[in-house]
Amino acid sequence: MGGSTHQNTPVSSTAQVSSSNNMKADLPFSFSLKTFKLKTKQQELLIRVTILGLVYILAFITRLFSVLRYESMIHEFDPYFNYRTTLFLTENGFYEFWNWFDSESWYPLGRIIGGTLYPGLMVTAALIYWTLRFLRFAVHIREVCVLTAPFFASNTTIVAYFFGKELWDSGAGLVAAALIAICPGYISRSVAGSYDNEGVAIFALLLTFYLFVKAVNTGSLAWALASAFGYFYMVSAWGGYVFIINLIPLYVLVLLITGRYSMRLYVAYNCMYVLGMLLAMQIQFVGFQHVQSGEHMAAMGVFFLMQVFYFLGWVKHLLSDTKLFQAFLRVTLTCTIGLGGLALGVGMASGYISPWTGRFYSLLDPTYAKDHIPIIASVSEHQPTAWSSFMFDFHILLFLFPAGLYFCFKRLSDTTIFIVMYGLTSMYFASVMVRLILVATPAMCLISGISVSATLKNLTSLIRTKNKTLHTGSSKGTVSAKASSKASFDQSPPFGKKTAIALLVGAFYLLSQYAMHCTWVTSEAYSSPSIVLAARGAHGDRIIFDDYREAYFWLRQNTPQDAKVMSWWDYGYQITAMGNRTVIVDNNTWNNTHIATVGRAMSSYEDEAYEIMRSLDVDYVLVVFGGVTGYSSDDINKFLWMVRIGGGVFPVIKEPDYLVNGEYRVDKGAAPKMLNCLMYKLSYYRFGELTTEYGKPPGYDRARGVEIGNKDVKLHHLEEAFTTSNWIVRIYKVKSPSNRW
Amino acid sequence: MANFSIFFFTSILLLPLLCQSFSTANPTDKRILVLLDDLAIKSSHSIFFKSLQQRGFKLDFKLADDPKISLHRYGQYLYDGLILFSPSINKFGGSFDLASVLEFVDSGHDLILAADSSASDLIREIANECGADFDEDSSAMVIDHTSYAVSNSEGDHTLIASDDFINSNVILGSKMIEAPVLFKGIGHTLNPVNSQVLKVLSASSSAYSANPETKFTSPPSLTGSRISLVSVVQARNNARILISGSLDLFSNRLFRSGVQMAGSLTKYPKSGNEQFATELSKWVFHERGHLKAVNVRHNKVGETDEPAMYRINDDLEYFVEIYEWSGTSWEPYVSDDVQVQFYMMSPYVLKTISADQKGLYYTSFKVPDVYGVFQFKVEYHRLGYTSLNLAKQIPVRPFRHNEYERFLTAAFPYYGSSFSTMAGFFVFTIIYLYNK
Repeated sequence: MGGSTHQNTPVSSTAQVSSSNNMKADLPFSFSLKTFKLKTKQQELLIRVTILGLVYILAFITRLFSVLRYESMIHEFDPYFNYRTTLFLTENGFYEFWNWFDSESWYPLGRIIGGTLYPGLMVTAALIYWTLRFLRFAVHIREVCVLTAPFFASNTTIVAYFFGKELWDSGAGLVAAALIAICPGYISRSVAGSYDNEGVAIFALLLTFYLFVKAVNTGSLAWALASAFGYFYMVSAWGGYVFIINLIPLYVLVLLITGRYSMRLYVAYNCMYVLGMLLAMQIQFVGFQHVQSGEHMAAMGVFFLMQVFYFLGWVKHLLSDTKLFQAFLRVTLTCTIGLGGLALGVGMASGYISPWTGRFYSLLDPTYAKDHIPIIASVSEHQPTAWSSFMFDFHILLFLFPAGLYFCFKRLSDTTIFIVMYGLTSMYFASVMVRLILVATPAMCLISGISVSATLKNLTSLIRTKNKTLHTGSSKGTVSAKASSKASFDQSPPFGKKTAIALLVGAFYLLSQYAMHCTWVTSEAYSSPSIVLAARGAHGDRIIFDDYREAYFWLRQNTPQDAKVMSWWDYGYQITAMGNRTVIVDNNTWNNTHIATVGRAMSSYEDEAYEIMRSLDVDYVLVVFGGVTGYSSDDINKFLWMVRIGGGVFPVIKEPDYLVNGEYRVDKGAAPKMLNCLMYKLSYYRFGELTTEYGKPPGYDRARGVEIGNKDVKLHHLEEAFTTSNWIVRIYKVKSPSNRW
Repeated sequence: MANFSIFFFTSILLLPLLCQSFSTANPTDKRILVLLDDLAIKSSHSIFFKSLQQRGFKLDFKLADDPKISLHRYGQYLYDGLILFSPSINKFGGSFDLASVLEFVDSGHDLILAADSSASDLIREIANECGADFDEDSSAMVIDHTSYAVSNSEGDHTLIASDDFINSNVILGSKMIEAPVLFKGIGHTLNPVNSQVLKVLSASSSAYSANPETKFTSPPSLTGSRISLVSVVQARNNARILISGSLDLFSNRLFRSGVQMAGSLTKYPKSGNEQFATELSKWVFHERGHLKAVNVRHNKVGETDEPAMYRINDDLEYFVEIYEWSGTSWEPYVSDDVQVQFYMMSPYVLKTISADQKGLYYTSFKVPDVYGVFQFKVEYHRLGYTSLNLAKQIPVRPFRHNEYERFLTAAFPYYGSSFSTMAGFFVFTIIYLYNK
């Protein structure tokens, strides 16, 4: 019953209808529903299912903004790779996909695609595609890919409901489902067209956690098995599975320390860990990491610890003498810890256990990447999170989260301990890296769901008890009500009925604000495909810049089949997927040296760059330039990272050479090396002749708001091959060496 | 009527064959444009021109300032070669200029350029673009007071005799040029940056370049064997250029005259000029030293089809056929120094490939244990020969998941342990369930 009363979907009409229905059902004078002759329980079920169904649909349709605003297309960078591989999978079958060696990327090294990706997403999309085909729906694989993320977001709401129900009650579950359906932190990664691993991985993550919690609660092998399979799906879908394989052991450890060890926990963890590990090894990219990588050692350590615990329990059962047991305990513990430490030490020293990777370090120490691995630090989604983006992505959840924690601590159980730990750890990670807000979102929604549900439940029951007392009492009734409510609900605040109603209205206001904020954020901020840019014109009309696709189409149509295109790695996936041409580096940044070589070429003088490009057989160079349109995430603004990454491997490239008094500039006062490096020349070639803005001198860069410093750019070894209509993408052809020299 | 249609259809069927006959299977030039300062050169250099015509070239003589000069029509070049015997021209007629000469060369055509002491800036610039810098002093000539040609009339030692030839049978022919070559003209140096230009005839160490009429005001800028008298360039697209500082070198007068080098007692009745000029023109117009590589193919050992991709550790065979143009037909080119590389950023395999008598080169090797996009590279550069740059891209993939060895003897304990565990578990379950 409670579930439906406090539910608060963003679709306010449903919320009102359902709660009023429920009110009527509770009261004897409900006629409309009596005619259906449903018992209260059935009515409640009906309402719950209806709400859940509506939330399911809502989660899907709120993610369709991008399709309506633009078109059914794949977004951003990584999704293009996923799309390309999915296409390959549907065309060539699973075994070809599994063994795919791609000679079109990372020229001339190539990339073993089958062994270096998480296939979960592609296999999922392909299965959906094949199913639809089998049912005689003639869909294109692109449509399936575009809609995979919204579909899984919908499924996530269902999981959130069951998880919330497991944590608290079905009311909390419904609220959590509704919250997660529209939470911007999740929508940012799962709008239609955002065909990325995270889209299915959050579903898998939450499912694994839910099933594991269920297994701990029930102690059932079957649930543990199910959670192992959930884990397997997660491993196949996203590298974020490392979070699971560390959080669950941590949780188990906390339970052990707090004396909550039980047979249920033993069964759940051991089954989940052993089976999950064996299953995860089937993913080629993960392989033996579960036994060989430092990041997975915590899980193994806890596994052995569980065995020791069990063994000690058994010994304690056999030995009746406490003193004897104490002595035995001491010996066993010393031996175990000693052995474990020794094994770990030997493993580390012999290189059998690989040390932690840079990405892992940068999570524990946010400044690590900046100092040691520029390639990680350069990615915008790896930056530390700003407060504003927390507010932007969570809105009221940010305030509800501590309240929810309070409720969890109030009613501490194995389950709530889990969600508290999940919430706290993921909040930490979310503040270290922007992209990990995504991982924190389900925890935020669940905990906030608990706080909303519990608060509303308390308030409404307060009002309802009031209703009865109010008939007898007058103005004094409030005092007695206060007393009675205090007696019956130790959690209920000592307010009057009006205060309670005011609080309810306030909660309703907050939640509707949340719904509005989420919808606004989704439609304005998170639905842009970033491959097609939109801007407002002088008269308020929408201008579309479709330069990327124009350029990639040009590449596809006008360059030889085996042409090699050099660009900064951001555009690698798009060039291979849309332009169908070989690239030197792409977004799978597995080879730092190769990327550094490209960075070096971009930051060298043209002659030196020409030698590098010749050695890599480069035919075309592609740069992204926003000086005409004012598009700020272009290559000139990314250029310092190219210098840093290039300089990290080739010390001839020095960052200070490109700066003037520590300042990065492109105008007349820029460093001479900056004004003559390849990237500058390619970006600003012929730009000095162009007047971009009325009243400004020619060569005025609108992205940086300055007049460029080198207007007379001459190219010797390259020639302009193509520039898109808004100059966003410029393609240059590398000339063959001079004929007579 | 029926007859006519049959003829019509056969001619259509034969059309590809007919077209074939115009193809570039024959690298030797055919049509040559000769630009002259004045038409007298046509007769004063007739021996040289006649030798060309006898070898089958069609020469088209024009005055250099003829406004009707045009190298191409409808996007097709009308000529295969160009002889510029017009040292004093300052501006060509028509739309013909410096850029079009260079464009002509860069599209694979050949050029003979002769200058003399009256060389104009235009001619100097053409030479300069090809890597030969004539002495900037416009009145300078090459003077040699020790190895001049002994003659009755001239006393300023500007007619010099040189026998310092490049040592290459391909460029100068297999028959040794015995008599020295008479040279009267301006010297040039080779641009050190240019790697394509070669000195064919150089001045002796006692030569220098100066104005023979006046006295020195400063030491001459060009001296000794740095001075090149005749140079050739073989461009990267195998276009060939001959640059001579003397137009007289090709003249009938010097062809016929006898020669005696100063300080030497041998007197040759006939100078080496005719042989030198003829042999050099044979080389420039691709009658000699032209190689072609055809039928580059590779396959796995035991197969014949060319695969799209190799696997690491595959054994493969590589074939290439190399022919040399003899002036009339393609003859097998047999050499023991052709090498093939299996290349990915650096050569992983470098092998000398051996040829049979028919010019078929063959080798076989094992693909290295590295995957990536490799290239079969043959880069054959030999003095005088056209360069061969063959690159064929081929990806090499790692093992597929089912190409590893299936049952390893070393792993039998593991198999044993897993099967025994399974059996043990089964037995244990039965006992646990039914034995109470």
